[in-house]
Amino acid sequence: MIRFEDVSVTYDGAVEPVVRGLDFEVPEGELVLLVGPSGVGKSTVLGAVGGLVPHFTGGTLRGRVTVAGRDTRTHKPRELADVVGTVGQDPLAHFVTDTVEDELAYGMESLGLAPAVMRRRVEETLDLLGLADLRDRPIATLSGGQRQRVAIGSVLTPHPRVLVLDEPTSALDPAAAEEVLAVLQRLVHDLGTTVLMAEHRLERVVQYADQVLLLPSVGGVPVLGAAAEVMGVSPVFPPVVDLGRLAGWAPVPLTVRDARRRAAGLRVRLADLAPAGPPPVTGRRPTARGSAGRAVERRRSAAAASGSFAPFPAPLQGATRRRLGAAASWLIAQFPAPLRGTNRRRSSAAPSGPFAQFPAPLWGANRRRSGAGVALPAPPQDAAGPSPESADAPGPNTGPPPVTRRHPTAAPSETFAPFPAVLEGVVVRRGGVEALRGVDLRVGRGEIVALMGRNGAGKSTLLNALVGVVEVGVGSVRVGGVVPGRTAPRELVRVVGLVPQEPRDLLYADTVGAECAAADRDAGAEPGTCRALVSELLPGITDDTHPRDLSEGQRLALALAVVLAARPPLLLLDEPTRGLDYAAKARLVALLRGLAAEGHAVVLATHDVELAAELAHRVVLLADGEVIADGPTADIVVSSPSFAPQVTKILAPQEWLTVAQVREALK
Amino acid sequence: MGKGADAARVPVSRPRRGNVVHSGAWWVWALGLGVGASRTTNPLLLGLLVAAAGYVVATHRSSAPWARSYTAFAKLALAVLVVRLVFAVVLGSPIPGTHVLVTLPEVPLPYWAQGIRLGGRVTAESLVFALYDGLRLATLLICVGAANALANPARLLKSLPGALYEIGVAVVVALTFAPNLIADVQRLRAARRLRGRPDRGVRGLLQVGLPVLEGALERSVALAAAMDARGYGRTAAVPVAVRRTTAALTLGGLLGVCAGTYGLLTAEGGTYGLPVLGAGVVAALAGLRLGGRRSPRTRYRPDPWNARAWLVAGSGAAVAALLALAAARDPAALHPGVVPLTAPALPLWPAAAVLLALLPALVVPKESS
Repeated sequence: MIRFEDVSVTYDGAVEPVVRGLDFEVPEGELVLLVGPSGVGKSTVLGAVGGLVPHFTGGTLRGRVTVAGRDTRTHKPRELADVVGTVGQDPLAHFVTDTVEDELAYGMESLGLAPAVMRRRVEETLDLLGLADLRDRPIATLSGGQRQRVAIGSVLTPHPRVLVLDEPTSALDPAAAEEVLAVLQRLVHDLGTTVLMAEHRLERVVQYADQVLLLPSVGGVPVLGAAAEVMGVSPVFPPVVDLGRLAGWAPVPLTVRDARRRAAGLRVRLADLAPAGPPPVTGRRPTARGSAGRAVERRRSAAAASGSFAPFPAPLQGATRRRLGAAASWLIAQFPAPLRGTNRRRSSAAPSGPFAQFPAPLWGANRRRSGAGVALPAPPQDAAGPSPESADAPGPNTGPPPVTRRHPTAAPSETFAPFPAVLEGVVVRRGGVEALRGVDLRVGRGEIVALMGRNGAGKSTLLNALVGVVEVGVGSVRVGGVVPGRTAPRELVRVVGLVPQEPRDLLYADTVGAECAAADRDAGAEPGTCRALVSELLPGITDDTHPRDLSEGQRLALALAVVLAARPPLLLLDEPTRGLDYAAKARLVALLRGLAAEGHAVVLATHDVELAAELAHRVVLLADGEVIADGPTADIVVSSPSFAPQVTKILAPQEWLTVAQVREALK
Repeated sequence: MGKGADAARVPVSRPRRGNVVHSGAWWVWALGLGVGASRTTNPLLLGLLVAAAGYVVATHRSSAPWARSYTAFAKLALAVLVVRLVFAVVLGSPIPGTHVLVTLPEVPLPYWAQGIRLGGRVTAESLVFALYDGLRLATLLICVGAANALANPARLLKSLPGALYEIGVAVVVALTFAPNLIADVQRLRAARRLRGRPDRGVRGLLQVGLPVLEGALERSVALAAAMDARGYGRTAAVPVAVRRTTAALTLGGLLGVCAGTYGLLTAEGGTYGLPVLGAGVVAALAGLRLGGRRSPRTRYRPDPWNARAWLVAGSGAAVAALLALAAARDPAALHPGVVPLTAPALPLWPAAAVLLALLPALVVPKESS
């Protein structure tokens, strides 16, 4: 159905082709998944199918692409519109009309189908995609999942024989993603549509794929084969495959069900081992006291700083850390809260090093490496206790905030409020709707909190309230002791930093160098601070690179560096893993752990359950603007069918969250 | 027509695509109200017109984004009224009057600025005259706003002939461009706050200008790609003869329109002006119709022009016609005197005619909330 014959694509001005040696054929009626790290040219391959590459993007395409027998060299995209339906990454950019029904009809109108046929197909498609109730709705009022379904529907109505989708589920919450995938499944099974789809979140899609086309690296030789075979060698893989490889299952399982069937042995091996603790909690241990300790501390903190920023090229390092951290955090969890309180009282620290103004002690990377968590691990009193405390009172929003104890002891710095973020009974109205209703939340230093919930549950609103971008109607928001809405932006950036969903919004300059210089000025930081961060996060990026030329992950890192230039004790990230491959995600995880270890509080809004399981100490679930659950990650995600990570599902009833935990336990 | 009759029997059903009133009907209705408003300066009648239009908008506008423009139009109308009054106060007015309200210091102007006055006496008569005049303008604006709020402008453009379809789409895309741009500006200004820069003030606005335009450009390119991939701009093969005929008809028609208009406007062309204009229009329309063959497009569920549409459009036209008639028959009632000042009275029959504008409120199904 789709045939690539020795295809290579070179964009104008580029020296090297972005993809080369593509030679494969996708048979009719198959769902083929295109996988590979960021920047290997997945979008280019998808664009070439519909003829948008090179007719629309420019560049040179060598070789031959034929779709249903039509050569894309001689057929423009509009002449392929009846055989290929293409949905890009951003459905909003795809819509031509303004209501759902018109949008579904648009493609058919262009093709000149008879009105009676159009009417019938629109009705069928409305039913097929479950859009019947939305038919008269303006598209602007739809949620993310609904938009994605409308976008798919709008290319389905002309009955294309090939459907091309670029990251159809990345921006969706788990439930909405299931919806979209169920629809695709139905198309393939019932209508025999050929689907070619690229997606980073393999854990969501790989089980639906008949074949996987792997682009292993830039210019590398593409591999097309059965999903299980390709996943066995792929550099990108979902947790279920990771676990399969760890356990030595061959071929690797692709679904949770497959894996569960084979996991009986693994469960037995794991039964006697440490039950799942909370995710690796770094930076929870008291530091050495006294002047000698301080000296040590200083060295460590330097290491911490470099350790946390350096690991970008070496994701392994993060993994090592994780392993050692897991045991320590488990130990922490085993101590009853009061005991921890006492220990905590003793804790104090002498902050020093590059992040000296942070009150929380700096937990050295080497310490973590050597530490193995034997020392009595008590979180510093101000850093919100990770899991157990919140477990004491994990109630809904009416309950007490998870961390209530405060001890008037040697907090290293009195200038910072003990909680970088405090929300009390916050109500936010937007456009006549209550986006947040009475939200209570406290985030302690060194704590990583994941906000989860469906699209439109109020996650972004909550983050925006914390930086004062949205007006708070009732209740109070305090970040680092100030009210964000009434603080001048200049002061605010030193208290809280937000990396928005679209990191590009933060970038104005036309070179990375200028961006960094501006960031230093804005933050009142030493010249070169931001540039140093960029160099550590993105080695090899030169000053004259244009921010728009960066990949999604690189742009995120740049925005993060810009925000971190002001060293805010509270760091907020809105949907940070959209468009990131597993390697970039691992680097992000390592980086955020390092920051938390230094005492930064991190709050991230995400749909990515695997990320939350791996990174967050605490998960806060939002629904309709209310907090419906707040507690340690393990407690929240294990009990939820849609938010449980794959490893949890596979190894239930044992409570493991990540492959890293299992790997560590099996050592 | 059968469908229209069905719908008329169930007047309170939810508006769906099937029973939505043709956008053109709403525009005829609103323009009819506007024409009516231009025939009178009676503030009571104008107030009645505004109230009627406002009532229909309040009950029938949808929650769609384009329906929110009504508030903007109302504000604009108010601004026009205020500006008109301020001008009357500051610049004076040719209306002679005896009731001096206040005397402003008059600015002496050089001889070449004779006929312009700054400051001086402000009379009640001049103010009332300005009020009536401004009110009429404001009513016109409100009528246009009502049409915007009630009818989706994009759907109106869909009624264009096939040959003009692509231009229509360009206009629709341009129309959605503006709201997107505003949303972008708001988002980027908020993002400035995250960078520690002031998010208010003119400077903030200027500095986001470039990123906003870049973003808009990118979105336009993405949209163009999406439209192309969905078959926008596909053309059907048309025989050469037809193509040439189309070109000839369109060009000839346009020439005829020009010549005919010229003939109508010059004194000696009175005889040939009208027929040439007519022939030109016919030829141009035929050219457009023939040109439509090049586009293979079909239309999905065009809004039917049904009984309801007739009623809506008819009510607007009736208001215009009746007010024009009243203005001819009884100018005094529709233009209450300002010199000497008299309290405006509500003329019974024209007022009844204005109430016809409420007809759509009764026959068109309401948006369920």
